[in-house]
Amino acid sequence: MYENRRLGFLFVLPFVLGVVLFKLFPFAMSFALSFTEYDVMDPPRFVGLQNYRELALEDPLFRQSLGVTLWFAVLAVPLRVGFALFIAHVLNFRLRGINFFRSAFYLPSILGGSIAVAVLWRFLFARNGLVNGVLGHFGVEPIAWLADEHYSMWTIVLLFTWQFGSAMVIFLAALQNVPQSLYEAAEIDGASRNQQFWRITVPLITPVIFFNLIMQMVNAFQEFNAPYMVTEGGPLSSTYVLALYIYDQSFRYFNLGYGSALSWVLFALVAGLAGLSFWSQRYWVFYAGEKEGRK
Amino acid sequence: MSAAPAPTTASQRGSPWLRYLALALVSVLMLYPLVWLVGATFKSNAEIFTEIGFIPSRLSFEAYVKGWKTSTEYTFATYFLNSFLITVPRIVVTVISCVLVAYAFARFEFFARRTLFAVMVGTMMLPLIVLRLPQYLMFREVGLLDSYWPLILPSAFATDTFFVFLLVQFLRGIPRDMEEAAMIDGCNALQMLWHIIVPLLKPAIISVIVFQFIWTMNDFMGPLIYLASVEKYPVSLALKMSIGATEEVEWANVIAISVVALIPSVVVFFAAQKHFIEGATSSGIKG
Repeated sequence: MYENRRLGFLFVLPFVLGVVLFKLFPFAMSFALSFTEYDVMDPPRFVGLQNYRELALEDPLFRQSLGVTLWFAVLAVPLRVGFALFIAHVLNFRLRGINFFRSAFYLPSILGGSIAVAVLWRFLFARNGLVNGVLGHFGVEPIAWLADEHYSMWTIVLLFTWQFGSAMVIFLAALQNVPQSLYEAAEIDGASRNQQFWRITVPLITPVIFFNLIMQMVNAFQEFNAPYMVTEGGPLSSTYVLALYIYDQSFRYFNLGYGSALSWVLFALVAGLAGLSFWSQRYWVFYAGEKEGRK
Repeated sequence: MSAAPAPTTASQRGSPWLRYLALALVSVLMLYPLVWLVGATFKSNAEIFTEIGFIPSRLSFEAYVKGWKTSTEYTFATYFLNSFLITVPRIVVTVISCVLVAYAFARFEFFARRTLFAVMVGTMMLPLIVLRLPQYLMFREVGLLDSYWPLILPSAFATDTFFVFLLVQFLRGIPRDMEEAAMIDGCNALQMLWHIIVPLLKPAIISVIVFQFIWTMNDFMGPLIYLASVEKYPVSLALKMSIGATEEVEWANVIAISVVALIPSVVVFFAAQKHFIEGATSSGIKG
């Protein structure tokens, strides 16, 4: 039965239709639209590279949002992945109550993307909110987290970091697959716990570190809910990420051509960085079962 | 995960107390904000911003009642109903389409199978935001704006490829003995799917249901783009609206209703956590 090619294709048909209709076609359409001027009312007008020229040369807001997006990713991705690895490492021992901690740390990553949490975040970081309240006990002057452009970025970076749980469970699974015998051997050789972590654990799980970095990078570049809801892109556009700018251009001002060009810049950025990461694998990612680095 | 090799025992490496202390500290950091916010819903507006303890001086459900009513002509009952009207059909079509497609990828030989699988994995990394605008224009073209169709229909075609991937990975780990026995007994493909594959896939299907439930409840940009009339708003959009309407007025109401909005997801999370944390672990997942 499983050799029946027609039957197999019949089962996979929904996906073939779906990927063409809802992924590849829109993808191509977005590319085509990025060379036009289009406001929904009139038919699209071909303008060549004008959108791209405009955003590269004449659009300070684009430069601002590009910088904000990169800065956000540079801060948020290592924080989330690093924290996830650290906690997974601490959890990777036969402790009583590990399931409780695992759930407790996982919960925020489930809820964190919701608007409700974004709303709650605003209150935590309000001038008289919990964060300033706690800091006040240590004698820190209240900080205008949401109104001061030097601090606003940190509110959404912290929200992103807070959701480290999904990366953590992936690390946890990887850590439990590191052969016990390696640690025992290292122990005999007198390696300290710190050395064991950096010389055994980390090298062996580099494929998983790589996977988490890539996935979280893709997430970070698309982050929308937090800057939209917590900081509303402000103050002074200090949290105005590209996703927000794309949304505004596309769905508020209906500059669909320009919006498409912006989203293609974002896509190119993510694809380029992902490509770079895949290339960099040969220098730092270790795949067990392969003799030499990959070609 | 229970079958994984035993992790280091605490006695072997380091004192457990230090670890407990670290874990407890992080738990407090992670969860106290949520606890504090639940406490805040019972406080008066003045008290919210002077107290960092979470126990209120009085117990008042006023914020919940007011928040539930909203400043619009609809209550949150409408918005919750709307959320479920989107979520439930979406889960149904997701499970059906993804199981079919995953079954094909994991078991059958067909034209361009490898290529299609690569395309599927590739689209997982495609930034959704690039597709939003053209998808919007497509649904506009066929007159489906301001309806739930744009939020549900794509899922009927297994476009949530993460779930297909999860199911394929799961199915690949299951030996084919039962299927071979069933084939000898003359089972046809649909019988096989229903009587053998679906029961085997049950834990993975639960993960799919839970994730799709929570993600759809959380989804904000989709409804924001497609829905125009307030009576069709799901909870996420209604929340956004309520914060706009009550800027700095009755914070307790907004917090209260945000807490309520999280309840369905929290309940589903705890009901199914065992299954779906492991489902997430075995496949690797977005957050």
